[in-house]
Amino acid sequence: MQTIGQQLINGLSLGSIYALLALGYTMVYGIIKLINFAHGDIYMLGAFWGYYAINGLHFNFILAMLSAMVFCALVGVLIEYFAYRPLRNSPRITALITAIGVSFLLENGMTYLFSANARSFPQVIRTVTYHVAGLRISNIQLLILGTACFLMLLLELIIKRTKMGKAMRAVSVDPQAAQLVGINLNHTISFTFALGSAMAGAAGVLIGLYYNSIDPLMGMTPGIKAFVAAVIGGIGSVPGASLGGFLIGLLETGVQAVGLSAYKDAVVYFVLIVILLVLPAGIFGKKTKEKV
Amino acid sequence: MIKWHKHIIKISALATIVLALAGCSTAKNNGSSQGNNPGQTIKIGVNMELSGAAAGYGQQQKQGIQLAVNKINQAGGIAVGKTHKKIQLVIRDNKTSNTTAASVAAQLVNNDKVVAVVGPAATNAGTASIPNMTKAAVPSVSPSATDPGYTLQKNGDVQKYIFRACFQNNYQGSSAAKFMTNTLKAKNVAILTDNSSDYGTGLAKAFKKTYTGKIASNQTFQEGDKDFNAILTALKHKKIDAIYAPGYYSELGLIIKQARQAGIDVPVVGSDGMADAKLTKIAGKSNTNKVYYTTPFSTKAGETNPKAASFLKAYQAKYHATAPTFSALAYDSIYMIKSAIESEQSANSVKITTGLAKLKDFKGVTGTITMNQNHNPEKSMVIEKMTNGTISQAYTIK
Repeated sequence: MQTIGQQLINGLSLGSIYALLALGYTMVYGIIKLINFAHGDIYMLGAFWGYYAINGLHFNFILAMLSAMVFCALVGVLIEYFAYRPLRNSPRITALITAIGVSFLLENGMTYLFSANARSFPQVIRTVTYHVAGLRISNIQLLILGTACFLMLLLELIIKRTKMGKAMRAVSVDPQAAQLVGINLNHTISFTFALGSAMAGAAGVLIGLYYNSIDPLMGMTPGIKAFVAAVIGGIGSVPGASLGGFLIGLLETGVQAVGLSAYKDAVVYFVLIVILLVLPAGIFGKKTKEKV
Repeated sequence: MIKWHKHIIKISALATIVLALAGCSTAKNNGSSQGNNPGQTIKIGVNMELSGAAAGYGQQQKQGIQLAVNKINQAGGIAVGKTHKKIQLVIRDNKTSNTTAASVAAQLVNNDKVVAVVGPAATNAGTASIPNMTKAAVPSVSPSATDPGYTLQKNGDVQKYIFRACFQNNYQGSSAAKFMTNTLKAKNVAILTDNSSDYGTGLAKAFKKTYTGKIASNQTFQEGDKDFNAILTALKHKKIDAIYAPGYYSELGLIIKQARQAGIDVPVVGSDGMADAKLTKIAGKSNTNKVYYTTPFSTKAGETNPKAASFLKAYQAKYHATAPTFSALAYDSIYMIKSAIESEQSANSVKITTGLAKLKDFKGVTGTITMNQNHNPEKSMVIEKMTNGTISQAYTIK
């Protein structure tokens, strides 16, 4: 029983990171139908920004995370401006391939500039482990869970309660019609990239602190897992991405807990295939008929 | 008209055959000048993982190589017979890709005309470049390809031009198994293998073959994994005496950190992929207790081996860090080639091959090396123990 509880905690802290990343995928897809494969690398940039902000600028943790969010938001907007905007009216596959190209550029560019070595993230917050009913939970795990939940709520509020959020929803339904009623398409799309990338930046700094190891290729696997999470939750749906993230985290933990660690990635991708076959729109996805 | 045409074709075909045969015979006659010869300088190629997944190790090896070459060139170069020739490095990136490694090998031996190659770092990339090295009759020394089969052909014969500077897996894995049984008295162990490389799986296989106690759990992870909490939580209730975890420092650091945080304080034993100062940085000083690893190169070696002491000092001066094992192995690879050139008094690539195969009692940074018939270096192994993030004890295994 204790083991199950402990594994639940492990799964939730892992899942909250996937959830934060999946939000970026799902929002960008919802608005311009593009799977932004460079998203995982923005998360890596966030972690590196945190590393230099703490080591070089002597920021405290909160400040480092906030500045990483701002930095990543900027990077996201720039990537959209230079790489995706010129291709907005090209076939979707062109934009998709560009996204993969941007991902390679970021990974190898960072390897070139900062070397491929894993570096240790400055431990600005001392790890304290609490024992509750035989379970061990560290303050950092709580911090990750708390921050992730807070950011997800904040995002939900922005999308549902603000004017910009309304514009985002309008663009995602029909970009042409949204322009007709006076919504600035470019601003809305830039804002979406900024929001999604800020989430990834926060996730990067949190992961840096939690695992204490960052490298230029750290965004690859989590990026793909988060993409799976977004698809499982129903790509384009914000609550779906959060749920999908937690589900993937718990699934991965569960598979390892029963001793099948060699298959943990395989199981995640297997679930992706099953979901695509059985529930192609995902858990929260709306079934839409493609107009021919 | 037509007949005349036919004759021309016949004659030219004959002429081609004659010429081709003549080409064959000249190639055979010139057997003594087979392979590549040096020019003004001795060109040594580096076929290394400078980007991609194994770039961390490749970069460290490149540092070791450059350090060795600078030192040799500052001292006037390598004595070839009566003259001294300086080394010229040709460094090429194989991008941690097997196909690129093979084409880099071809480029180095055919276009750059190098007389010896250092690298690749990984067994897979190394194996991919063997055919091109053999065809050109140029020797290669890999600082870190540990798979037992790397220097052997499929039928068990030795690969003539392929050498390594590191231990092979069987020796390292079985030494760890003996150490855990005899010194740590571990009767019940868990194995955590990095199964994304031949290195990790090979070590685990060798360990399982030698270890006589009970293996309570056998789990694997991938290079680049960051979260081991689930595996460790499952291990916690298995009452294990020790963990054997062959892999690299980037993952092992995290395993040690997360194990100690989960309240698992049994010894963690690993391999030379752990021997890096970054291990402690990632795991945290207070977590790095009861950590052991097998290694050819101990930073404590500086106390007894003057070569190692001067290498450690030079590395510290240039890169401001404690030299990692991979740099030490790469450094030795260059010096092994130098020693082969000097003993054969020739920098012809075939002669260097002969020299490398005959290497005996070579005093290197990673110990005294004798090349055995399978092109594996024989040297003593060290098991280092870490307490509070620093090496507290070193056990030497002959």
